[in-house]
Amino acid sequence: MAEPLLKVSGLHAWYGESHILQGVDFEVGKGEIVTLLGRNGAGKTTTLKSVMGIVGKRQGKIVFDGEETVGRPSDFIARCGIAYCPEERGIFASLNVEENLMLPPVVKPGGVTIDEIYKLFPNLLERRRSQGTKLSGGEQQMLAIGRILRTGASMLLLDEPTEGLAPVIVQRIGEVIRQLKARGFTVLLVEQNFRFAATLADRHYIVEDGRVIDMIKAADVERSIDKLHEYLGV
Amino acid sequence: MFELLGIPPQALFGQLLLGLINGAFYAMLSLGLAVIFGLLNVINFTHGAQYMMGAFAAWLMLGYLGIPFWVSLVLAPIIVALFGVLLERLLLRRIYHLDHLYGFLLTFGLALIIEGLFRWRWGSSGQPYDNPIPGGVNLGFMFLPYYRGWVVVASLVICLATWYAIERTRLGAYLRAATENPTLVRAFGINVPRMITLTYAFGVGLAALAGVLAAPIQQVSALMGTNLVLVVFAVVVIGGMGSIMGSIVTGFGLGVIEGLTKVAYPPASNIVIFVVMAVVLLVKPAGLFGRTK
Amino acid sequence: MTSRTFGFILLAAALVAPFVAYPVFLMTALCFALFTCAFNLLIGYVGLMSFGHAMFFGMAAYVCGHAIKVWGWPPELALLAGAAVAGALGVVTGALAIRRQGIYFAMITLAFSQMVFFFCLQAPFTGGEDGLQGVPRSPMLGGLLPIQNDTVLYYVVLAIFLFGFGAVYRIIHSPFGQVLKAIRENEQRAISLGYNADRYKLVAFVLSATLAGLAGALKAIVMQFATLTDVTAAMSGEVVLMALIGGIGTIFGPVVGALVIITMQNYLAATGEWVLVIQGVIFVVIVLAFRKGVVGEIADRWRAYTTRSSKS
Repeated sequence: MAEPLLKVSGLHAWYGESHILQGVDFEVGKGEIVTLLGRNGAGKTTTLKSVMGIVGKRQGKIVFDGEETVGRPSDFIARCGIAYCPEERGIFASLNVEENLMLPPVVKPGGVTIDEIYKLFPNLLERRRSQGTKLSGGEQQMLAIGRILRTGASMLLLDEPTEGLAPVIVQRIGEVIRQLKARGFTVLLVEQNFRFAATLADRHYIVEDGRVIDMIKAADVERSIDKLHEYLGV
Repeated sequence: MFELLGIPPQALFGQLLLGLINGAFYAMLSLGLAVIFGLLNVINFTHGAQYMMGAFAAWLMLGYLGIPFWVSLVLAPIIVALFGVLLERLLLRRIYHLDHLYGFLLTFGLALIIEGLFRWRWGSSGQPYDNPIPGGVNLGFMFLPYYRGWVVVASLVICLATWYAIERTRLGAYLRAATENPTLVRAFGINVPRMITLTYAFGVGLAALAGVLAAPIQQVSALMGTNLVLVVFAVVVIGGMGSIMGSIVTGFGLGVIEGLTKVAYPPASNIVIFVVMAVVLLVKPAGLFGRTK
Repeated sequence: MTSRTFGFILLAAALVAPFVAYPVFLMTALCFALFTCAFNLLIGYVGLMSFGHAMFFGMAAYVCGHAIKVWGWPPELALLAGAAVAGALGVVTGALAIRRQGIYFAMITLAFSQMVFFFCLQAPFTGGEDGLQGVPRSPMLGGLLPIQNDTVLYYVVLAIFLFGFGAVYRIIHSPFGQVLKAIRENEQRAISLGYNADRYKLVAFVLSATLAGLAGALKAIVMQFATLTDVTAAMSGEVVLMALIGGIGTIFGPVVGALVIITMQNYLAATGEWVLVIQGVIFVVIVLAFRKGVVGEIADRWRAYTTRSSKS
């Protein structure tokens, strides 16, 4: 594999006094879809937030596109070309749908145009004058993903995009993520829903107790299914 | 000559105009206070002092440099806003993570320092500022001084422009979003700390602009903002800080109520806004336009 | 050194103080110490920052001064009247103010005290801009205590201060005080445990207002005047400053804070506006660097020192 787009090594992170990540190592190649799997509280979301630079304190190395980002503020990291879709979706109540979509500034050329986003999520076009938080959960999720496509970021961090959504919407989001990969986006995905992740990802990292304890390639999933069940406690 | 409820119309409309002017200042100050609080979580007690600084800047520029009112109207708010940038960068920035009360206390201390220094240098008596548009027109039911009419219109335009900028533009969308969730807005690549500085400077500049507008009407004095900021706090409690339009409406409305009280029962005019505040707290504690958080 | 020994040292110092220092200065400091204790009860133990406590202090000063000067009431009755009026004002303003929390509470109390300021500016019995001057020191308790004598008055003031200080101490350590602390820590949980949080807050507010009134009334007797200064927002700020300097939520902090500020004002009295500037600077420095105040910081250092020495 060529030089990875994102390389995380020896990452520690803290929230106040609590030491959440205790040496996380993984890498994501250009154009890959990689998931972080693990039980609740294992440190998946914290890993994502650390990459984005929005945890209390970080130590270790996070190199993105040749740039060391530990010690840099999150707005700098975003301008390097990383875009973040938080677990709670973060739709702004005081902004309408279109304002929410247009909020993240363009950081690099080559982002998805607004028309394409509306084509990807036709519901958003219909409701573009509605207050962001008046949308259904599924629509809010589409909005949260849609708005980070415009910026020209090459890497998307998606935190549990399927959480609490109906199967048909989960399926739709899966299709969108596949289309994004086809367009050349790199995706780092945090998921509880392993079945969903398994249909998408090239590789899976298993996170436990603030560390990455294993890596399973898509091709090896069948063979490792027992091990996976043990890791995830399903 | 007809009379309305036993009050000569000249007095009634005169006080109404004065009420509108005061209301304009309440609106401009409470607007800035609300925008600053939304993003910085600081109730800017220095607001009254910065209003005073705006008036002083205009007065000093006229007296020492011969800079006319119309130039001061632009320059003075910029100068005071730059001072605000300094305050935010050096002091306010250090206390955002603390309880709101510390911001209140810090800016209260700053207000004491600023007003003390101005009193020390220029005393507490008022200095007159020449009316830039003397004269007026008799409308029949009242005499309208040109300058006062102009102040009402100008401040209304400023308030509505502010409303438009915040509620309808892209820059305003950043501000609204950052008020809700600054961490996420920053993670989208927006330099939120710089936005905070500029927002503070904007609110402070608005207060200074009100100060310049006030200079020809009131006298320029070190204490002209001291009592005003306290009334504006009551205005903010009455309106609630959730809505920009709410701040504007509440500000003008209370100014008018105050003016009418001055006609009906002069001794109560100083306290009527506080009475309104008490009633609003009874009926709608979150404020007329406030959202309960 | 426990706070008990510290208390005894302070008490001993207070008893001999009038032979060393100027009694009127000491009495003023005691009045403000009582005022600050009353304020501290609210912010330190209920977590409510009133920025309008001057209304209780100043209103009581006017009532007490007026009762003595115009109605010829004996000082002890006038003191009670002042405290009672302040308490009644506390009921009205408190019931409204506790409908909001945090920063709004501060702004509302400030606004109400500004309303009281304007009321006092215009009301006939306050003397307007001139204030109420020349309040006579008539003997207390039917001549038993000739308070015309500064030293006698000093001990009377000290006794009243100790009463107020003790009252605050008792309130904090009573079951009622425990509920207040529970409300401060987590209001929702206190409510779910069946406590009527608003009623507790109001009672605390009224107690604080009454004691602040007692301090103001006492001040009118000591200084023999009551003026608009006592009801200004600046006075409300001053008591906040005293509490901050001493250390919010500490028992002795208010006493230390009042002493520091009154001493400073005593030395700077001639230089008017500089008092404000210096107070402003102290506010800024404390908020940025010493949020625990003098007593709080010393207590922390002491604790760190004793734990270190017990380890070695």
